[in-house]
Amino acid sequence: MKGLLHHRLFWPFATLVLLLAVNAIFNPGFWHLQWRDGHLYGSVIDILNRAAPLALVALGMTLVIATRGIDISVGAVVAIAAAVAALMIGGELVVKDGVQTHVSRFPMSLAITTALLVAAGCGLWNGLLVAKVGMQPIIATLILMVAGRGIAQLMTGGQIITVYYAPFFFLGNGFLLGLPFAVFIAAAVWGALHLLMTRTALGLFIQAIGINPAAARLAGLQERLITICVYTFCGFAAGVAGLVVSSNVKSADGNNAGMLMELDAILAVTLGGTLLTGGRFSLAGSVLGALIIQTLTSTIYSIGVPPEINMVVKAAVVFVVMLMQSAEFRAAVRGWVVRPAAGAAGAAR
Amino acid sequence: MNPDVVLEARGLTRRFTGVLALSGVDFRLRAGEVHALMGQNGAGKSTLIKVLTGVYPADAGELRLAGKAIHPTSPAAAQRLGISTVYQEVNLCPNLSVAENIFAGRYPRKGAAGLWRIDWARMQTDARALLARLNLDIDVTRLLASYPVAVQQMVAIARALNSQTSVEAKVLILDEPTSSLDEQEVERLFAVLRQLRDDGMAILFVTHFFEQMYAISDRITVLRNGELVGEYLKADLPPAALITAMVGRELSAAAGRNDSAAAAAGEVLLQARGLGRRGQLNPVDVDLRRGEVVGVGGLLGSGRTELARLLFGLDRSDSGELSVAGERVRFDNPASAIRHGLGMCPEERKHDGIVAELSVRENIALALQARLGVWNCLTPARQKEIADRFVKSLGIKTADIDTPIALLSGGNQQKVVLARWLATEPQLLILDEPTRGIDVAAKQEIMNEILALARGGLAVLFISSEMDEVVRVSDRIVVMRDRSKVGELPGNSSEQAVYHLIAAGA
Amino acid sequence: MTAAVRLDSRYVPLIGTIAVFLLTAGYGSVAYTSFFSAQVFLNLLIDNAFLCIVGVGMTFVILSGGIDLSVGSVIALTTMVSAALVEHHHWSAWLAIPLVLAIGTAFGALMGWLIQRFRLQPFIVTLAGMFLARGLCYLISIDSISITDATYTAISQARIALWSGGASITVGALIALATIAIGIWLAHTTEFGRTVYAIGGNEASALLMGLPVARTTVLVYTFSGFCSALAGVVFTFYMLSGYGLHAVGLELDAIAAVVIGGTLLSGGVGYVAGTLFGVLILGIIQTLIAFDGSLSSWWTRIVIGALLFVFCLLQRGFESRR
Repeated sequence: MKGLLHHRLFWPFATLVLLLAVNAIFNPGFWHLQWRDGHLYGSVIDILNRAAPLALVALGMTLVIATRGIDISVGAVVAIAAAVAALMIGGELVVKDGVQTHVSRFPMSLAITTALLVAAGCGLWNGLLVAKVGMQPIIATLILMVAGRGIAQLMTGGQIITVYYAPFFFLGNGFLLGLPFAVFIAAAVWGALHLLMTRTALGLFIQAIGINPAAARLAGLQERLITICVYTFCGFAAGVAGLVVSSNVKSADGNNAGMLMELDAILAVTLGGTLLTGGRFSLAGSVLGALIIQTLTSTIYSIGVPPEINMVVKAAVVFVVMLMQSAEFRAAVRGWVVRPAAGAAGAAR
Repeated sequence: MNPDVVLEARGLTRRFTGVLALSGVDFRLRAGEVHALMGQNGAGKSTLIKVLTGVYPADAGELRLAGKAIHPTSPAAAQRLGISTVYQEVNLCPNLSVAENIFAGRYPRKGAAGLWRIDWARMQTDARALLARLNLDIDVTRLLASYPVAVQQMVAIARALNSQTSVEAKVLILDEPTSSLDEQEVERLFAVLRQLRDDGMAILFVTHFFEQMYAISDRITVLRNGELVGEYLKADLPPAALITAMVGRELSAAAGRNDSAAAAAGEVLLQARGLGRRGQLNPVDVDLRRGEVVGVGGLLGSGRTELARLLFGLDRSDSGELSVAGERVRFDNPASAIRHGLGMCPEERKHDGIVAELSVRENIALALQARLGVWNCLTPARQKEIADRFVKSLGIKTADIDTPIALLSGGNQQKVVLARWLATEPQLLILDEPTRGIDVAAKQEIMNEILALARGGLAVLFISSEMDEVVRVSDRIVVMRDRSKVGELPGNSSEQAVYHLIAAGA
Repeated sequence: MTAAVRLDSRYVPLIGTIAVFLLTAGYGSVAYTSFFSAQVFLNLLIDNAFLCIVGVGMTFVILSGGIDLSVGSVIALTTMVSAALVEHHHWSAWLAIPLVLAIGTAFGALMGWLIQRFRLQPFIVTLAGMFLARGLCYLISIDSISITDATYTAISQARIALWSGGASITVGALIALATIAIGIWLAHTTEFGRTVYAIGGNEASALLMGLPVARTTVLVYTFSGFCSALAGVVFTFYMLSGYGLHAVGLELDAIAAVVIGGTLLSGGVGYVAGTLFGVLILGIIQTLIAFDGSLSSWWTRIVIGALLFVFCLLQRGFESRR
């Protein structure tokens, strides 16, 4: 039992279960699943669907944080990717051979590939600044966060660009085997990443770099190359998330897309047990973290509390998780618990 | 109560999650005396210091300063009581000026209304005066970082002295202060210490350099496994007896001696011609042969580590060339050096060697895995196999190979780093201060291992500040001075000969 | 000669900042005829007074090696509480202002205490603080609350003439200048300020040196909280409303101003005066783009990003040469 309690994923998992339970109590129909229009339908499905983009970003963020870095530009990258895709697809309804079909400016596959390449390029930029130039990650990614938002706004001209191309909507709105397609995208990326971390030495390398970059380099690790790859992947993951998001809302908003997403992602990673100081990481933890955040939002709605309290609750959750991760806090709690017992024993003597 | 005794500890005990670091230790520090604290790694020296200076509270026992019981709760509190400490890593702030480092926390203030204002002019004057006491005349407005370690240490001592001006009891604790100093600087430090001692200061001196300890100390306390072995006058404890007290058994003085007759050096493995880097190393020629231990002798700052770093690809060379087995190579990073069969145990074990939170097993497998690349992954079972092999052959003391390496003692950590490189089956191994901060017994084990490896055909480059080690183990000695190679000596040369060559290079 | 060069080395980042400031100001003056006027420069200060004030607090935090992401949200909270008190509960401005200052200060103190007592990372604690403060804003009101109170409007419109030429300055800008002066004084003549530098240089050493690290850490964030609240008060004068969406992203502008001002993000090196120049540079960029007219305002973000990039590169080069 003690082993279970100390398992890295115990607390995130317990938190999620608690939240789901609270949800179920206040919302009797919470666990209710229906089969409608050829797919599953219900609150739980909604949570999974909405958590998918965040989970994607969190997965990328996990690896970056594991190398002792941080990437606060992911929100801007999401916006940029969405803008690129929306601009390239555009879409209009035309009549071809008497049939109404959607036509996109560029082939959808080209648009998606370009968006992903641009996103990965943003990540590569960050990685080069951190690994080659040697900038601190927070400042290196701060640059793209500031400038990137401007770039996204420049691309969209500050307007919301609507996409009129039905096939594109499948990413964010489609269903496969009854479950939202976005969930499959997130699951696929998670699965691929998990295999990569465990079946290759990459997991060990990333941890070593995060714990002691100097020692890692001396041991022969190509820590610059790995760091660049990690940031590039983070950008790529943000790009995928951007596509899912813009597909979901059928538009790209340069001003607001991905806003505050970096904070949610960092929160998800921290909730999942990965320390901000780098080293050991948990992909599953980050996915759990994303689910927790999304469930939190839903719980707040279902309790009937005004949604503004969302941020306050997120803050409270962050505080609680942080305190639990802090060794000093646990020691202090132990002190409060032990002292009364010792006092009682002393009094009894 | 002996009127001489300034600081007295009785029955000090301190426990760390199951490990008894100190057990009922008695200790007496007298005024006007330099008292050395000796013991192996893990004997409890640093724990005792930390208890004396308030970093940790003792679990049991009492502490008396000038007869009064004290319970220092922090280094600041200990300082206020009159106990000052100077550490091996100069624990000052590199981004502040020298004057500020001396007076931080005790700033001279000016102005009645401006009680808050720091009097910079007075601070600088007073700082200069304090440093003059230590025979040091430097620009106190410059940043501390712009001075070498030896000067920084003097500043640390000046700071310690400054804190005691208004206090009766004066205790100065020096924890491994000489590890980064060269002979001249050590002499300067000792001159200062003697002066302070004659002025009545009680000085506690912790070091593992025997010679230095005998040069400066009046009295010796030996700890072993957290317990007090005894307190002796220097004259009553010659080196052999000291080692016995520290280790609990007699060490053969002959162990580790290199019998150069048996050295049948093989062909040249690594050849450096004119290898240099501007500002760090002047062009050096050196040959490293199979089965040969090449020692590098020189003072601090002579360029030994710089040479090692250039050979291993940690730094990029400006001039010269390297060849491996006759073929020209260029190492842009350690990975390329490792591909050619090199390995290196770095000088700073904690900073460049161990990966703290990873297990012993993962640490050992790391370099091998790095060379195999990302795709060719060693399974945990295979890692365990390799780790077990080395735990056995090097005598690494660890509860389990999955223990995080940070929990091991310094000596065992060093063995793990050594194992890491041996696992890659290198052809040439560079060892930079492999025995620094390690107890005597572990030192011997590592030295023996090095010799055995050389006999087995490994080429070894051995760097150590302890000249007796270099002389004892090397087949050939490369002598360095002020970032240049001044010559080579055969392995059976004496320490005197090496120093002579260094001096002659002036 | 060497001594002179060495002494200058710690001032190099600041000199670089001032150089950029002069360059951009010079460019503006040459490119636009109406640029080189006292009022234009004073407007820099007026329009960015709150950024200046927040920048001072942020400078101290970054000097100590930490970071404070909550500043924008505390500004918003300050505006919201002020507006609610003054408009909905008819408090006097002279009661409301001290109260919001106290709230901001307490907020900073709480974060500082958590960071110090439990050794939590400043990044994540102030991140949570950011969520909390903005969330509290929304709890008070989702929509913006306009301020029509006489005291606020009077202060907002007040213009203090500087000289008979007609150039004038606002109360907010004066407060900003005062804050900068106090910041410089704190940093260079008080133990608190020097301890901040020491912590940023090497926290472990500062502890061993017996410096009041714990107390100073808490105070640094408390001061930052105070600065955020004060900036919030000035912002309230500027915007005359309380709104949860005020000052979104301002923390990044503050960090940019501090970095461009020559303070190293790693801590221990930097000057409060530099932050003033950093703020002015950001202001000039915005003004130049507005003057140009042909560039959309998105370019401000891009240019700030580019400037930040250049400065960071320079800082890197400077650090590696040391």
